[in-house]
Amino acid sequence: MIRYLLACLLLVAIAAPAGSETVVAGLSQNRISITANFDGSEILIFGAVKRFEPIPEGAEPLQIVITVAGPSVPVTVRRKERVAGIWVNTQSVDVDRAPVFYVVATSDPFYDVMSNVEDLRHKVSITRAIRSVGAPADIENSTDFTAALIRVRSREGVYKLQEGTVNISEETLFNTSVALPANLHEGDYTTRIFLTRDGVVLDQLERVIYVQKVGLERWLFNLSTEQPFYYGILSLIIAAAAGWGASAVFRYLKS
Amino acid sequence: MQIYLPIAEVSVNAFLLLGLGGFVGILSGMFGVGGGFILTPLLFFIGIPPAIAVATQANQVVASSLSGVLAHLKRKTVDFRMGYVLLAGGIVGSAAGVQIFALMRRLGQVDLLVNLFYVIFLGIIGALMLIEGLNALRKSRKGGTTRRKHTWSQGLPMKMKFRTSGLYISVIPPVLVGVMVGVLSAIMGVGGGFIMLPAMIYILGMPTKVVVGTSLFQIIFVAAFTTMMHAITNNTVDLLLALLLLIGGVVGAQIGTALAVHLRGESLRILLAVIVLVVCGKLALDLLIEPAELYSVAPEVPE
Repeated sequence: MIRYLLACLLLVAIAAPAGSETVVAGLSQNRISITANFDGSEILIFGAVKRFEPIPEGAEPLQIVITVAGPSVPVTVRRKERVAGIWVNTQSVDVDRAPVFYVVATSDPFYDVMSNVEDLRHKVSITRAIRSVGAPADIENSTDFTAALIRVRSREGVYKLQEGTVNISEETLFNTSVALPANLHEGDYTTRIFLTRDGVVLDQLERVIYVQKVGLERWLFNLSTEQPFYYGILSLIIAAAAGWGASAVFRYLKS
Repeated sequence: MQIYLPIAEVSVNAFLLLGLGGFVGILSGMFGVGGGFILTPLLFFIGIPPAIAVATQANQVVASSLSGVLAHLKRKTVDFRMGYVLLAGGIVGSAAGVQIFALMRRLGQVDLLVNLFYVIFLGIIGALMLIEGLNALRKSRKGGTTRRKHTWSQGLPMKMKFRTSGLYISVIPPVLVGVMVGVLSAIMGVGGGFIMLPAMIYILGMPTKVVVGTSLFQIIFVAAFTTMMHAITNNTVDLLLALLLLIGGVVGAQIGTALAVHLRGESLRILLAVIVLVVCGKLALDLLIEPAELYSVAPEVPE
């Protein structure tokens, strides 16, 4: 299937008219359904480079950078300090936007494939993807807090830099895979694909993966937010039924 | 078998949750505590967000307490009259506690205050119970009979007869105990049985036999009230999580109640005291030892 698609893309690439280099790409799935037994998923991202004229002599090799970003939400990062013998949260920094999930996959080490200027412009690296402007003036080293945010999230496996995991063949076809964790949050996951040479972005492309709860998960989630009173009653009824049921079963077993 | 929890938005092992529920259920049946004070920290540990853990375990406590109280009903060890009096105080206290909780949230530091409450109350109660239990055990070994103590509550007005407990005391102390437990349970996010039990024994002078059933009876309603409050105001009750915990919990509660019959009142008290002190020690260490990661990340609380 994938090979077939790649072959099609290759044909498109070869048949393209003359011009500069552009990127065409596809995803193995653009809709992920979270069911009760959802245990993570993997997305295959593949594509090809449309080229309108031959590669110039002595040009730097073609590179690909792919990012997958979950929905961004504001978060608070807190630091503990020892006060009167016990460890207490003292200082905190609000980060305006931090994606719940962020993966960067590249075809070579990051700083070989994208220059600092391009990173700043497109906000590609993990540090740039987090936006923090609201650090209070009385906190001296607010960068410690954003660094801690990245450290904590990286340990949880939701922020990842996968250097050298994008395969490129014949300076034309590329593919990579990104694992989505089991504790995935709902929302639109934006996938960006950058085509670079010598650290300069030549072309970029954006695709969206829709992550949604379905079935029982969807129903429970909707009920809990739209009809919280009935949801609460339902929880109590289930609890009461289970409590009474277990008691009845044990009484039956004893007699 | 991994299962995705719709409200918590995490994937966890279903058997682990069943096991946790079962373990806490056994404690619940044996001692008449809801088990929240142990379950809540355990749920944090396996990665359930704290707000979800607190709200959901309240729902689980309803199930395990109901299961336990039915077993006690058959043995006629529930003092309904006392239960209603405690409950009246409990609802008032719980409503007040929710307001205090909201205030602390606005001030920040809610985690610290909850932890301090746990350490202080578990420490005091655990130590008192252990000393009392050991004394009682030593006395009964010597063959002496333990005389029922006349507590200070005997002298107050508005006396009421509690036939099942064999008490004729003022309603003021039980109502106050109810209010106090209600406040604490709302702040600490638990049913409050572990505070209620010693209060019933030492302040009200109730016989150990009826204490467990009566406490369970009262906890059902306080926990149900808490569940509704959380479901409506915070949308933090995860039904799927609750379901798995309570399947384990109700079975455990039945086993626990059966076990309690074979244990003597004093040994039961000592055992509970030890469990309470262990949990207290663990929480105290967390406050005292430098954590490996000084920073923590949480979704921003809207002002």
